[in-house]
Parts: sequence; C-alpha cells; structure tokens
Amino acid sequence: MAIGSRPPPPQFWPKLRRVLGGQTGWGGVLGQLVLVAFVVWLGYEIVANARANMQAQRIASGFGFLSQTAGFGVSQALIPYSESDSYTRVFVVGLLNTLLVSAIGVALATVIGFAIGLGRLSPNWLLARLAGAYVEIVRNLPLLFQLLFWYLAVLATLPNPRQSITLLGWVFLNNRGFVVAEPVAHASFWPVALALGIGVGIAFAAHALARKALFDNGRVLRIWPVVLGSLVGLPLVVALALGAPLSFEAPVLKGFNFVGGLRIIPEFVALTLALSIYTAAFIAEIVRAGILAVNRGQMEAGSSLGLSCGATLRLIVVPQALRVILPPLTNQYLNLTKNSSLAVAVGYPDLFSVFAGTTLSQTGQAVEIIVITMGVYLLISLITSAAMSFYGWRVGMGLGAT
Amino acid sequence: MTTEAVVTVAGLNKWFGEFHVLRDINLEVGRGERIVICGPSGSGKSTFIRCINALEEFQEGRISVDNIELGPNLRRVDEVRREVGMVFQNFNLFPHLSVLDNCTLAPIWVRNIPRKAAEAAAMKYLERVRIPDQADKFPGQLSGGQQQRVAIARALTMNPKVMLFDEPTSALDPEMVKEVLDTMVDLAKEGMTMLVVTHEMGFAREIASRVVFMDAGQIIEANTPREFFANPQHARTRLFLSQILRS
Ligand SMILES: Nc1ncnc2c1ncn2[C@@H]1O[C@H](COP(=O)(O)OP(=O)(O)OP(=O)(O)O)[C@@H](O)[C@H]1O
Ligand SMILES: [Mg+2]
Repeated sequence: MAIGSRPPPPQFWPKLRRVLGGQTGWGGVLGQLVLVAFVVWLGYEIVANARANMQAQRIASGFGFLSQTAGFGVSQALIPYSESDSYTRVFVVGLLNTLLVSAIGVALATVIGFAIGLGRLSPNWLLARLAGAYVEIVRNLPLLFQLLFWYLAVLATLPNPRQSITLLGWVFLNNRGFVVAEPVAHASFWPVALALGIGVGIAFAAHALARKALFDNGRVLRIWPVVLGSLVGLPLVVALALGAPLSFEAPVLKGFNFVGGLRIIPEFVALTLALSIYTAAFIAEIVRAGILAVNRGQMEAGSSLGLSCGATLRLIVVPQALRVILPPLTNQYLNLTKNSSLAVAVGYPDLFSVFAGTTLSQTGQAVEIIVITMGVYLLISLITSAAMSFYGWRVGMGLGAT
Repeated sequence: MTTEAVVTVAGLNKWFGEFHVLRDINLEVGRGERIVICGPSGSGKSTFIRCINALEEFQEGRISVDNIELGPNLRRVDEVRREVGMVFQNFNLFPHLSVLDNCTLAPIWVRNIPRKAAEAAAMKYLERVRIPDQADKFPGQLSGGQQQRVAIARALTMNPKVMLFDEPTSALDPEMVKEVLDTMVDLAKEGMTMLVVTHEMGFAREIASRVVFMDAGQIIEANTPREFFANPQHARTRLFLSQILRS
C-alpha cells in the first residue's frame, strides 16, 4: 500500500537545541552559559583593574582630551591642519590618511593581483614563469622588510629635488617624494562633472534596457554607441560649450624645492607600493585558485551549447570563480587595511601612527585611544566585508538569465 | 533510412602531439539514424565525437554537420555547435543556475528567444525527460540520473539536429541508468539523430541503426546491431564482445 506524503513533524525544539548546543544537546547549552558568565566576569575584572590603576596614576579617564590642542605637525593632511588644532582633528587627519592609503592600495593590489594571477595561468611560458616568480619572491619576504626596502633602498636613492627625474615636465621624482602637476578646477568643472554623472546614469539605464529587451522580446540592442556617447560625448560637448573643466599647473623648481604642483610624500609612495605589491601576490593566488576551481567541463558545456567564448566566460566561468574568490579576497582587503598601520615604521601619518602613537604618548589616555582605534579599524573592516558581501550577492543575483 | 546525411566525416585524422589518436575515420550519419559507438578504453571514441562539435580540433579531413563545413581550422564553430547537442559523462550542469535557468541560458543568449517563451519551451523539455517538478532546484540537489536528464533537456532546448552522448550512463548507479536510457529511447523513437558512445549493449540492440566498433583510433567495423552481435567480422570485435557481454 502506498504511503501518502505528509508534512514533517514540528521541529522547533530540535532546531533550538541544535542552534544553542550544537551536537552536544542540553549539556552543551549549560556549558555555553558557563562560558558566557566567565567572559563577562573577565571583562569586568579588566575594566575595574584599569580604572583602579588609572586612578592611582591620576590619569583622568574620559574623552575630554579630544578637544585639547595637539601641538604637533603632520606631514600629510587631506584637510587643512595646523599644530594648534585639536586631537579630534588629528584623529580625522590620521583616519583620512589610513583610508587613502588603504583605498589606493586595495585598488592597485586588485589590478596587479588579477594580472599576475591570470598571467600564471597563461599558456605563454615566459609570462607564466615571471608571474610565478613574482608570487614566490613577494609572498615569502616579510612585509616590513619590503616596506623598508621601498622606502630606504629605492626612494631614498632618488636624486635631490634639483636633479629630479622628470617625465615630460609634469611629474618629478626625487628623494623628497613625487611632485606632479596639480589639477585646478575652473567654473565649468561642476557642469562637466554633472554631465559625466548623467552619462553614467544613461549608460546603466541603456544596459538595463538592453537586458530587458533581450529577455522580454529577444531583441539584441547594440548599446555601445549610446554608452560611448553618454560617457564621453556628453561631457565633451559640455566642456566645449563652457570651456575646459580642469587645467594642470606644472610644478616649477624654485631654489631647493618645487612650488606649485601636488607633492606626494615618499612615505606614502613606499607604503602604497609595499602594501599593494605584497597583497597582490596573495590575490594572484586566490584568483588562480578560483579559476582553476571551475571545472574544465563547464567551459565545454557552455561552448557546446553554442555560447561564444566571451559569453561562456561571463555567464558561466566568472560567476563560479567569483564565488570562490570573493571571501578570501575580502580577507586580503582587510589585511591590507590593517597592515597599513605599519606606516609607523616609515613615519607615514596614518591613524595608528598619529593617534595610537603620538597622541597616546602625549596624553597617556591609553584605554580611550586604543578603544577608539580598535573601533575604527573594526568599523572599516565591517564596512569592507559588508560591501564585498553585497557585491557577491549582486553577482549571485545577476547570474545567467536573471 | 533516408539517404540525406546530417553528419559526414571524411578522412578524419587527429594527433595529440605525436600520438595518432584518430586514423582515417569515415562515417556518414543519415537523418534519424542512431549510431552507437563502442570500443575498448582509450580507443578514441570520446575524441571522435568531441571533434564533431569542435571541442577538439583535428589536423586532417573534413566534418560537415547539416551542410556546415568544419575544416581543420575550425571556422564556423559556433554555427555547428548550435546544431549539435552534447551530453557529457559527468553531466556538466551549471551549478550556479537553477534547473530552469540551465535550460533557458542558451536559448536566451544564443537564439535570442524571449525569456517567457524560453521558459515555456524549457518546461516542455523537462516534462519530456519527466522532471518538470525539479525546475526550481539547483543541480546539486538532484540525483545523478535526474542531473543527466536535465543535461539532456538542456541540450534539447537548442533544437539540435544531432545529439551526441559521451558515455551518458557510466557515472550512474545501476537503477539510474535505466531512467536515463529510457529517456534516450524516447528520443530515438521521436526520430532524433543520435551518436552515442556507450557500453550498454542492450540499448544498442534495441535502438541502434548501426553499431560502430573502434579500436586504436580506427573504425574496425560498422554494422547493424543484429549482424554486429550475431556475426562480428573481426577477431578484435569478437574479443571485445566476449569481454563486455560476460561482465
Ligand atoms: N588532451 C589529451 N592530450 C593527450 N592525449 C589525450 C588527450 N585526450 C585523450 N588522449 C589520449 O587519446 C586516447 C583516446 O582518448 P579517448 O578519451 O578518446 O578514449 P575513449 O575511447 O573515449 O576511452 P574511454 O572509453 O576510456 O572513455 C587515449 O589514449 C588518451 O590517453
Ligand atoms: Mg571516453
């Protein structure tokens, strides 16, 4: 006799037990409660102890110090800063410097890493060997060593400003850093930027429209002229009508140094180079592993359905590879951000160096400063992870026909 | 059988480096014909049918599918592949797509069929392989036999003129072999032109119009199943049959 299908029995309690106690059952729940109690007690002891010690040393606790005058200079500030500004401003300056070096480092590391990773998979023998050598050399040397190498062995050996190596008179390399032509915005800058923004919007809309046309009517729209027109043509027309949005002011050598132009300090260059080159080696391996993880048969299945090589890569190989690549790639981004605190070794004024370094030693507010600094790094990490998860989710949603 | 040839292979030679893997293969497959290819491991069966949809390139000879010429330099590859469906030993479903999306991907992106229509057509083929209720699942949630039937449906959605099967049942447990073979029998009865590499001799007996025996890169013998099994011409064929039928 056939047994008809019926709904499963209620599973609330078994599920709860699994969530709380894993495989160990209610005994595990008890164990966890004991653990939580222990951690809470430990935390309380630490806080109480620190309080007692600080009172004994007469260090005022609290965040009042943030409004006091810092009184020290910072070699790179993205916002106006002087010695008479407060510690809060020092904090912001350091944070911006950390974000700057992290963002540029992440971007560079990604580009180099993908290039090297794909290079290692290339059928070209020489390219594959060179990429392999890069990975092996770079990932086996300590990051601090590489940072000092760039700072002391490469940048410090550049000539002094008067003998700068110059590229076409726009970029000057010397031992005090790089001096590049400074962009100066004109009246038409914002209109042109607005036009570019609208162009980007139009390009995305065209893409969405083309997808919709393909899915709804099976019509293939040729959108590249629209995309090109809106991204390049539109801003160009506005610029022609209103005048150039930017001009570049070339640096000029006066006496021993340059006037005009944008100065990039050597500490920044060394740190960015070291971080991105080092992290790129790991990203390269991640990319290589991700692509190798996609079975060869997937490519064959795609082509045997008549999909072009590009479509197979885009619709089948890349989404599967990204699933493998994204989580460890996020780790590398976080590592790079946290490793940027090695800035202290070359004196780049990042958050760690100016806040958890100089500010801490001047004020002695160790607990508050460590808490703030930890919180900021944690926040940056969480935001990065969230952004990467969102991207992974988008890729997951955008798969194939959806 | 009609004489109109859907697949013509003439003087096909292929080398892997120095290794001469296919030697002077000639075969004509008429519309609606079912060819079963068998032979010992390493004899070049997979390589041969992979040449037909240009998954492998070859050095000499000529292959034409539905009057599309595929020379050694493999131009018009995409045209040929659109007309040829392929079913692999290990399914090769797209794990990141649902069963339905597996079946609509190529119709939408290659044939530019509107999504609604592509989905309706895909459901029709999934019904034909008797798993319409699995349409929203992902390949990893299906049994091997179900996955292979999805793979067959996926190939069919492109309306191929020819279907190639490379040992479609050899990665399956015995009870799943039958459900996949049944699907293939249905397909054969509907008049699909098929080239099937398989060691399922029962299937060959029942369905094949011709059985082709390959050894060491050559076609040793090609005959109707009745003649092939009752009256093999070559000692090599007899040896192979005695081994495979005994097990
Ligand atoms: N990419 C390749 N490079 C070099 N040699 C190959 C390659 N693919 C297959 N071969 C060789 O070519 C020969 C034929 O392989 P093929 O896969 O066509 O055999 P087959 O008849 O399908 O065997 P099986 O029944 O085991 O699947 C084998 O000797 C194999 O080692
Ligand atoms: Mg084979």
